[in-house]
Amino acid sequence: MKKLGVFICHCGVNIAGTVDVKSVAGKMEEVKDVSHSADYIYMCSEPGQQLIREAIREKGLEGVVVACCSPSMHENTFRKAVKSEGMNPYLCEIANIREQCSWVHQKEKQRATEKAEEIILATLKKVRENEKLEAISVSINRSVLVIGGGIAGMTAALDLAEGGYEVILLEKEQALGGHMTQLSKTFPDLHPALPNLFAKAKEIEKHPGIDLHCYSEMEDVKGYVGNFELTIRKKATHVDWEKCNGCGLCIRDCPVEYVSQFERGLGVRKAIDLLYPKSVPDKPVVHRDHCRYFIDGSCRKCEEVCPEKAIRFNQEDERIGKKVGAIVVATGFDLYPREKLGEYGYGEIPDVIDGLSLERMLSADGPTQGKIVRPSDGKVPKEMVFIQCVASRDPDRYMPYCSRICCMYTAKQAKIYKEQVPDGQPYIFYMDIRSDGKGYEEFLQKTIEEEGLLYLRGRVSRIFQDNGKVRVLGVDTLTGNMVEVAADMVVLATAVVPSDGVKDLAAKLRATVDRHGFLTEAHIKLYPVESSTKGIYLAGCGQGPKDISDTVSQASATASKIQALLSTDQLLQDPLIAFVDEHICSGCGICVEICPYEAREMDSRRGISVVHSALCQGCGACIGACPNFACELRNSSSIQTLRMMDTFV
Amino acid sequence: MEALTNVEKANNTFLEEAEKWSGEKLSLCYQCLKCTAGCPTAPSMDIRPNSIIRMIQMGKKKEVLESSAIWFCVYCQTCGTRCPNEIHIGVLMDALREMAMREGIHAKEKNIHLFHEAFIQSVRRGGRAHEVTMLMDYVLRSRDLMKGSLIPGVKLFLKGKFPLLPSFVKGRGEIKRIFEKCTKAK
Repeated sequence: MKKLGVFICHCGVNIAGTVDVKSVAGKMEEVKDVSHSADYIYMCSEPGQQLIREAIREKGLEGVVVACCSPSMHENTFRKAVKSEGMNPYLCEIANIREQCSWVHQKEKQRATEKAEEIILATLKKVRENEKLEAISVSINRSVLVIGGGIAGMTAALDLAEGGYEVILLEKEQALGGHMTQLSKTFPDLHPALPNLFAKAKEIEKHPGIDLHCYSEMEDVKGYVGNFELTIRKKATHVDWEKCNGCGLCIRDCPVEYVSQFERGLGVRKAIDLLYPKSVPDKPVVHRDHCRYFIDGSCRKCEEVCPEKAIRFNQEDERIGKKVGAIVVATGFDLYPREKLGEYGYGEIPDVIDGLSLERMLSADGPTQGKIVRPSDGKVPKEMVFIQCVASRDPDRYMPYCSRICCMYTAKQAKIYKEQVPDGQPYIFYMDIRSDGKGYEEFLQKTIEEEGLLYLRGRVSRIFQDNGKVRVLGVDTLTGNMVEVAADMVVLATAVVPSDGVKDLAAKLRATVDRHGFLTEAHIKLYPVESSTKGIYLAGCGQGPKDISDTVSQASATASKIQALLSTDQLLQDPLIAFVDEHICSGCGICVEICPYEAREMDSRRGISVVHSALCQGCGACIGACPNFACELRNSSSIQTLRMMDTFV
Repeated sequence: MEALTNVEKANNTFLEEAEKWSGEKLSLCYQCLKCTAGCPTAPSMDIRPNSIIRMIQMGKKKEVLESSAIWFCVYCQTCGTRCPNEIHIGVLMDALREMAMREGIHAKEKNIHLFHEAFIQSVRRGGRAHEVTMLMDYVLRSRDLMKGSLIPGVKLFLKGKFPLLPSFVKGRGEIKRIFEKCTKAK
């Protein structure tokens, strides 16, 4: 019989306020093989851990149950503590009497105390049958893939490369920079967006540690933390970038112009073009959907004028294989699609635009060279309406969340508008003003004070065209009056949504997304930059809406987490995974199909299924699926589970 | 007003005017309502102090200058002391009263501006208000015998709060010059 110890945490009043911890500790002392039972105000604190270590040393404990919070909080803490006394860490188990007991039964103290006892008794049954296990050691590849070349991906890639790791950077567009290249000035310091971004992009282009692949997408990924195998698809650019000298003659002479997505429909681009002027890399791409050669085999103007003979009409997509140890997903955002915003006249009324379109207008390299004009007639708007929370904070029809950037960029845009059109009047419809970043509230108050912005609190009810004006109906809830503005132009601060294709990418990576399509972190506070799959990390707006400063901070946090992961050649993994009883396994292969981590494989020689220990996450799907009960989970065997259940029923 | 119904002037002229006259930054108000919450006369006002500022921002000049609220303010400065944005609403109210008088808008509350006149004259004479002569002045101006205030007045007199003879400040010459300067500035 093992000598066991039970340690009950008060968690301040979180547990002790509901569960009578003293009486539980007393009851546990009466259990036959429990040779030590104690309670303490905070078991996770240093003196609390000291209690556990001393008891192991003095009483020679062979198994420990800590009754406290969820194992995701402190299992690791206590396993380390017992290990320091020479005990196998997998003989220490957590009985969760906080989330699963005291927090949910605050009004039934007596019954909560009884339930806590049962949870501890059940966990004792588990510990009695636990095996001593050793962590599994896996060799790792010390390079990193960063998906997305926006400010998040660029920051993470640079940080990692500066740390001495090899980085592969993928960008689906033809140049680096993401949405930040579309912005004019950034809040709260009003610095222009491009110079800083260009400096970073140039550094990435030249960095020996960064393997940059623009106009490329990730096609497939296999493997597990430390050992991912990738297939990258480099889309055909139809220009030999090695030869291209960036002279721009091809762009000048291309006869095809089409509406530019980059300019948010306000400008045009050529069939062979850069993403934006002076882009990094500054190499053009032939866009097959618009190029005359690809449509009817004619033209070939670019080929004629190219002094370097760099045009390659017959170029095809290329697939390359790479190996990395960790992956950063920095896929960024899009704005809420305009065709779904008919309520605001967006897409129907030409003078109703979104915030990013106005950013293009405000950019010196944009379609209007930095001038704010009405898209319909090119006149300067004298009455300008900004509407915040368009498709955000509207759980019924649109997105329930706050997009976090609109309050600040609207104030910034209204400020720049007022500076450009001093006799113009900006009106801003808002619900609340959220200016939580450093210096944001001060920026906002200063802007309101200096520029005389008129904030109208309330949602807009109707927008319609009337005699060359855009009439906006709403309410000012601060006076309780209906208001109606005959505006020249309306700017919608539309919701931030995850960029296209994130769901497919997440499926390939076995990462999870929430119901809006944002990538989910492993734990919002404890593991905020890790995805639910080991080795896959998150940065930027793909994880949730955030502004540039938050994005850069998060990307750097991600990079340092990865540096810690890759700091050794060997990775230690939890051994709490599935194993197969070779005598029982019939080789039916159901487990191979059901495994979400591709950790099960058929051993054709022996005719049985085996577990790939580095891939298995211990989810237990195969155990439930196995018709012969040949699979078991280490330290969570069927026998252990049944015995635990006996306690409760 | 074309652009915005219910807002008198699109280019905020009333806001600018009121900011200039009072010297207060009214555009900073974010409607926390701290002023109204602490105002001793707010319960009697037709428009609460916070709404006065909002209406100025919305350009509602006529409604603001015709309100009785601007005449009810007793300049206790509770609002201004508490305002997180340092807007002294007492100063603003004073400016609004002046603006109303210049526009020839008479106070909604009958005689209230006469009481103000009597008060100012009393200060002009002695450098500080003397209640008895001030009230006599007011009664003569308004022909209002203040019957309702008779009993509280007697009680205050018996407690020695109403000295019969006025006391004067030392620098009456300076007071006089202040008044002269102010009158000239107008």
